[in-house]
Amino acid sequence: MIPAAFAYARPTTVDEALQAIAAGGEDVKIMAGGQSLIPVMRLRLAAPETVVDLTKVAELRGVREDGDSLVIGAMTTHSDILRDPLIAQYGKLIAEATETVADPAVRHRGTFGGALAHADPAGDLPAVALALDAEFVIAGPGGARRSVPAAAFFVDYLTTALEDGELLVEIRVPKLGEGWGVRYEKFNRVAQAWSIVAVAATVRREGSTIAEARIGLTNMGSTPLRATAVEQALVGADVSLETVTAAAAQAAEGTEPSSDLNAQADYRQHLARVLTGRAVRAAAGL
Amino acid sequence: MTLTDEPTTAETPVKEVGNARLRKEDARLITGKTSWTDNMVLPGMLHMAFLRSPVAHGTISHLDVSAAKDRPNVVAVFTGQDFKDEQGSIPCAWPVTPDMVNPGHPSIAVDTVNHVGEAVAIVVARTRTAAVDAVEAIDVDYETLPVVLDMEQAVEDGADLVHASTSSNTSYHFVFDAGEAGTGTDTDAAFADAEVTVSRRFVQQRLIPAFMEPRSAVVGVQGDNYTLWSATQIPHILRVMGALTTGIPEHKLRVVAPDVGGGFGGKLQVCPEEILALLVARRLGKPVKWTETRSESLMTAHHGRDQVQFIDVAAKKDGTVTGLRVRLLADMGAYLRLITPGVPALGAFMFPGIYKFPAYRFECDGVFTNKVPTDAYRGAGRPEATFAIERIMDELAVELAMDPMELRRKNWINAEEFPFTTVAGLQYDSGDYEQATQAALELLGYDELRAEQKQRRESNDPVQLGIGISTFTEMCGLAPSRVLGSLSFGAGGWEQASIRMLPTGKVEVVTGSTPHGQGHETAWSQIVADELGVPFDDVEVLHGDTAISSRGLDTYGSRSLVVGGTAVVKAAEKVVAKARKIAAHLLEASEDDLEFSGGKFSVKGTPGAGLGIQEIALAIFAAHDYPEGIEPSIDAEAAFDPVNFSFPHGTHLCAMEVDTETGFVKIRKYACVDDIGNIVNPIIVEGQMHGGLAQGISQALYEEAIYDADGNLTTGTFVDYLVPSAADLPTFHTGNTTHAATSNPLGAKGVGEAGCIASTPAVVNAALDAVRHLGVSDILMPLTPERVWRAIHQGGDGGARVAEGSNAYGGATTTETGYEEAK
Repeated sequence: MIPAAFAYARPTTVDEALQAIAAGGEDVKIMAGGQSLIPVMRLRLAAPETVVDLTKVAELRGVREDGDSLVIGAMTTHSDILRDPLIAQYGKLIAEATETVADPAVRHRGTFGGALAHADPAGDLPAVALALDAEFVIAGPGGARRSVPAAAFFVDYLTTALEDGELLVEIRVPKLGEGWGVRYEKFNRVAQAWSIVAVAATVRREGSTIAEARIGLTNMGSTPLRATAVEQALVGADVSLETVTAAAAQAAEGTEPSSDLNAQADYRQHLARVLTGRAVRAAAGL
Repeated sequence: MTLTDEPTTAETPVKEVGNARLRKEDARLITGKTSWTDNMVLPGMLHMAFLRSPVAHGTISHLDVSAAKDRPNVVAVFTGQDFKDEQGSIPCAWPVTPDMVNPGHPSIAVDTVNHVGEAVAIVVARTRTAAVDAVEAIDVDYETLPVVLDMEQAVEDGADLVHASTSSNTSYHFVFDAGEAGTGTDTDAAFADAEVTVSRRFVQQRLIPAFMEPRSAVVGVQGDNYTLWSATQIPHILRVMGALTTGIPEHKLRVVAPDVGGGFGGKLQVCPEEILALLVARRLGKPVKWTETRSESLMTAHHGRDQVQFIDVAAKKDGTVTGLRVRLLADMGAYLRLITPGVPALGAFMFPGIYKFPAYRFECDGVFTNKVPTDAYRGAGRPEATFAIERIMDELAVELAMDPMELRRKNWINAEEFPFTTVAGLQYDSGDYEQATQAALELLGYDELRAEQKQRRESNDPVQLGIGISTFTEMCGLAPSRVLGSLSFGAGGWEQASIRMLPTGKVEVVTGSTPHGQGHETAWSQIVADELGVPFDDVEVLHGDTAISSRGLDTYGSRSLVVGGTAVVKAAEKVVAKARKIAAHLLEASEDDLEFSGGKFSVKGTPGAGLGIQEIALAIFAAHDYPEGIEPSIDAEAAFDPVNFSFPHGTHLCAMEVDTETGFVKIRKYACVDDIGNIVNPIIVEGQMHGGLAQGISQALYEEAIYDADGNLTTGTFVDYLVPSAADLPTFHTGNTTHAATSNPLGAKGVGEAGCIASTPAVVNAALDAVRHLGVSDILMPLTPERVWRAIHQGGDGGARVAEGSNAYGGATTTETGYEEAK
């Protein structure tokens, strides 16, 4: 449980961070809260040449409004998120999912951006970001910025659109305020464990019909997934147990979940259907 | 030194025994401001790190450590070849049968490896980091051999062998037959005449003790004297066994268990790493330290349970049980450690539980596999037995369409029948199963929950409710030495205590029962405060250092209070007896005219005049004026050897909600009423119950050590070896009945294992009760949601879990450096 030796940089600005990443050699790891990176380094699954620690980059931390969007700094911790008034007002799905992440100690250090850049399909926040069509603002060498939509950000298992030398700066999500119901339905065996399967659902009702539905699936493949078929079936449908249940039955379409000691693939697909039904019912106020 | 003439009051001194004292040791234990073994730093101390086998069975075909020797700050690198002539074998103290096969247990592999994680090389370096780094530079190859993992396959004719030197994978065949022993009737006849028989195969999954403080050993060298500090439960046993194994003379070896952070039986061991630390320190003449990582701990510290149980019960149609037959396959793992073979054999005496079986036969095969050895784990043999009997009683109730509590009531020993000699030959001394059961039913709200269960069934609610019962007993207070002798155990079961009266009146109690978190310092202080009439805070309890506590047999088997606490009482009685002579002399009275109360000797009929025992301590330190013909000391020591075990019992009830759509099980309510005899400290009892319940529930719902087809430990981290936290467990509704044990003056029965032994079958019975109407008759432990869901919707017992770790941490599995990426 002792990491191999590594060089360490602790920049205080994004520019310094980009320089440190550029100067860090072949294998640079960017450390946000360290809640995933430090364990894999201690187990020597990762032995980076340089670790660039972002914890002192103040400009990356915090939540602000920009028109119809919430802008969340990549280094905003999970506990920051849970205390933030803008999140409480416009980011209820994020808050609900963040509450289920691990335990208070992990949430105190772990960050929103770190969890997304790590892109663990069993992590809770990638599916939420995907469901919200989040925009990922990325700074490159020299400071140039580009924006990547969530649908293009999660590339594969623990792999994102972030290129070498790049840094995730902030995440933009649409404000979902009045009229939106949310539910993060997480299924795990003990409180601090990763999701076996989880469903992030947010639904906007107009009277007795569902006007919009966004559904993300956690741990149903090598990346977070959208339950597109369910969303399509829900939009314009009556808010009723029957329609929701029928729509949720399509939740496993297109998924390729793994089999492990917690669940084989067929059981994960079954869970996706059950949990999607529950999440949508709760989000729709049924 | 003066005699005091204080006015006496009529008040009875406040009794410490029974007082809910907060534990005096907790502040330092909880804050970590104490001497854990890994905190030890000796001048010039070197650090050890191990290269461990990534293959479960193979020969070492190539091993080159030269590159590791050249790494910075490396002092030495050793392999099995370096120690093969002096390492001996890890001792096995319990040859359960005369012809038991023990192939020997090298501390470090010499030619072959027999389980993943076995030590293959040792790097000794000036820093821990340097040692860990250099392990990666060792060049090693293995020629793999067939891996033996499944016990039922391992005992078949022609099966691949774990040890080439043996003729089969069976280490021993242990039989207890009540008919032959004269404690019961013929079992075959009972089954031949049975009106009803029920047979089941239960699986006790392999568990990992998962103590909080990792194992750690530090060896100091002073000439040819060695001091071994170790995070062990058994410093006294470790000293004897360490001396015998290494050849260091016993009087040249001191063992110290400083504060130890948990064990649960997992530190009831003579560990290979402890032996190797001694050998390396002796070879280099330098102090060394080894502290395991959590990954090493899960992979290489001994595991527990792991039995396949074939249980047959015979009964009359009215529910009267007439016979019990038990056949076990018990996984030894690759080697026999300290009491590996004895754990299932100890269980032999508990399968009949609280029931009046007239006939009983027990057979057990100890089986070698290419896994880490099993050994003691909280309950050690008794949880396995209790699970089997409490599960089969439910199965029999179903077969007979009887209420499961009525079936139990019909067969259990009635209160007026104590003392009762069971079919296994044990004499249960006291208890009242009906009383505990009634109290537990009330505590649970049994009738209301049964009504709700009925309503949920009728409405076909997706969440079904079940109630599980476990009416258990256990044998504690290990153990009468003669009984251990008759079971071929390599030691006795007595315990030692001494009391030192210091000049200022303060009291040092030296106990041989070494704690590792149980609260001995508090409980022993309470006992001594009452026995000697001194303030609780004037008592200090010393333990764990063989130079201070020279005799002892340590802590396991719910023995500390029952045996060790009694030794303290006996020592205190001797102190009082010695002080009485001096008091008589100083008070110028006859000994017979003195009474001792509240810490003070006084002359009967002469209130007012008196002499405190703490004053006598000073008087005898000065020794200016004491009777001729006695020694100038009131210190005393005592050893206590119990004449019988103690038999805690209780009724545990679990109400379980089962989500039939997902298979998720959730404990709705848990209530238990235990009879553990007289209680010294209710808070300690409550803590032991809560921890025990958590561990027993965890076997039922969460924990399982899984090996993949190659013999790698899949559950190599706490991500995959699931241990619950407070967030996952219900409020425990606990209660007590009190029937004092008759085998010790404290009347205590022991509480360390009760919750762990009793709860597992209550939880599984509850889940089955919730879904039995859906066609489910068994679900393998742990009751993962997937297993429960499959059992409900696809039939069967839920089946084996996929031996693939979850993808957290990139799906880490075990390899020679600890880990590799699986995906």
